[in-house]
Amino acid sequence: MYRYDEFDAGFVADRVAAFRDQVARRLVGEMTEEQFRPHRLMNGLYLQLHAYMLRVAIPYGTLNARQMRKLAHIARRYDKGYGHFTTRQNLQYNWPSLIDTPAILEELASVEMHAIQTSGNCIRNVTADHFAGAAADELEDPRPYAEILRQWSSIHPEFTFLPRKFKIAVTGAVRDRAAIQVHDIGYQIVQNEKGVTGFAVYVGGGQGRTPLIAVKIRDFLRKEDLLAYTQAIVRVYNLEGRRDNKYKARIKILLHEKGADWMRAAVETEFANASRDFIELPSKEIARIQDYFAPPKFRKFAGPSENFESRRESDPKFAAFASTNVDAHQQPGYGIVTISLKPIGGIPGDASADQMDIVADLAERFGHDEIRVSHEQNLVLPHVALDDIVTVFDALAKSNLATANAGLISDIIACPGLDYCSLATARSIPVAQRISERFGEGARAREIGDLKIKISGCINACGHHHVAHIGILGLERKGVETYQITLGGSGDETCSLGTLTGPGFSSEEIVDAIERIVDRYLLVREEASEDFLTVYRRIGMGPFKDALYQTNVGADI
Amino acid sequence: MSYAISANRLSDGAVVFLGQNGWVESLASAEIFAQREAAEAALGERAHADARRNLIIEPLIFDIRARDGVIEASHIREAIRAKGPTIRPDLGKQAVR
Ligand code: SF4
Repeated sequence: MYRYDEFDAGFVADRVAAFRDQVARRLVGEMTEEQFRPHRLMNGLYLQLHAYMLRVAIPYGTLNARQMRKLAHIARRYDKGYGHFTTRQNLQYNWPSLIDTPAILEELASVEMHAIQTSGNCIRNVTADHFAGAAADELEDPRPYAEILRQWSSIHPEFTFLPRKFKIAVTGAVRDRAAIQVHDIGYQIVQNEKGVTGFAVYVGGGQGRTPLIAVKIRDFLRKEDLLAYTQAIVRVYNLEGRRDNKYKARIKILLHEKGADWMRAAVETEFANASRDFIELPSKEIARIQDYFAPPKFRKFAGPSENFESRRESDPKFAAFASTNVDAHQQPGYGIVTISLKPIGGIPGDASADQMDIVADLAERFGHDEIRVSHEQNLVLPHVALDDIVTVFDALAKSNLATANAGLISDIIACPGLDYCSLATARSIPVAQRISERFGEGARAREIGDLKIKISGCINACGHHHVAHIGILGLERKGVETYQITLGGSGDETCSLGTLTGPGFSSEEIVDAIERIVDRYLLVREEASEDFLTVYRRIGMGPFKDALYQTNVGADI
Repeated sequence: MSYAISANRLSDGAVVFLGQNGWVESLASAEIFAQREAAEAALGERAHADARRNLIIEPLIFDIRARDGVIEASHIREAIRAKGPTIRPDLGKQAVR
């Protein structure tokens, strides 16, 4: 795995020292809040409803046991014993004090972590497929490229004051688990006719108040040109992106105002004209970074795992877990284990310090010391031998971490919403909890099958509701929480944005409303394997709208 | 309609309310203003002064009402700030009581 080189370590240490000094000056009044706020945000410290919130970067969602234990330690010592994993593969602490923050950053730096680039109008924490380096459908591990982009964009002087924040995602697999088409730039590793791998380039996607799907501006980009091409895109954006209106400042607006052809031409011109000095990526450099992500030493297995198979036959609970939470690995005899942070009725994405420690232990003992954070707010042990999954499952079950619902209706993404977030217009978490309780993880949830529900507490869409099969957006109408529903969104390779069903629902009504949609789906699907999204795409909004509103006439609020 | 003033304490971010003699941690001890003008004046003279003295940040006025003799924020946002996350009764001010 990648470890900080000396440059990084020195840089982070300097930043922590500078912030310690700024905090001290702020507390004695040598800096005003206006002067201090940009520094606070640059170090990932926000002010939320109840307290400060510290957002810790977990680049491309990859962690080792030592780092996870440090996160647990910080949660215990400086916070309230838990952390919240976010849809940007980050971790948020909800209660740190300003006074403690420099010490927390120092603790993070001791395990090569930080809170830089989690805020501000810069290139943010690069995200990647959470199954990277493990997935059976992968062409190549995307993380070395995510890391190259991260290193290059960290404190890049040209790109620290962009018109708005800028998000890049990279995937190396056929199935898009990184939602690259709703990012400012999405890179997908592909192979050309000659069998050479490079990138397909998507630009101008995004969620938020104006959701737009990215446009593919290039079918194939040589790997050597990754930085040069990224630079070209960001330069065009930096020059042409609107700075007059915060809500029109993202590259997606530029692309959709000026058109894909204009964008393609502008980027290609900039790309062709810019000097390649210092920016062409030699294959030696790629190989050097790839070394950090070299696959672990996998064991060789002769046949199927008897251990795994016999438990699957004898224990329905384990069988359910194996079918939803264990994915195919590139290596025979191994599986990818998803640890659901969505216990039934629980808070999506929250993990206690004790749970973090358990996951760290399991990663160390059975998972080649690797942990991933998924944008779906779950944790992943990417490399577990099938032989060991039984033991891992039993240990997880003891800590309420073995909920067998990955990808099912109760595996809900929910942003913090009005329970924590100062921008929220409504609560998200309690809605997620009630839906989760209604459908559970048992036979009913399994019968419904793959169904992604995602909830945001305001139009900023951190809960990714636009790309949910069933999206829920919490708003406020006359001081009361109200919830709009969208259907048919998807963040995968068939990316689509959800369509609004119509008038919203009160907090009391929303769970019943979701149930009516789900019941209608079960009624109209042609066979059990036809999932919700497929049915929606086949029959459209009409039947769902009928189901939603016929029993609810006059509920327009 | 009555009003109160809240802010976040600079040092730890905790929600505080303007009381008769400085900032207090519970809404029950907050100073209640019957008139908007009086609340505005207190915000301008006292709260902003304390912001300049680096005690608090982001002071604001909010509406309150009395329900069964208990003072509470009229709007859900301020009600949640005054109590804590609705999904974690063990956290925030509600936990202390
Ligand atoms: S979607 Fe809105 S409420 Fe939810 S975390 Fe983002 S800004 Fe906060």
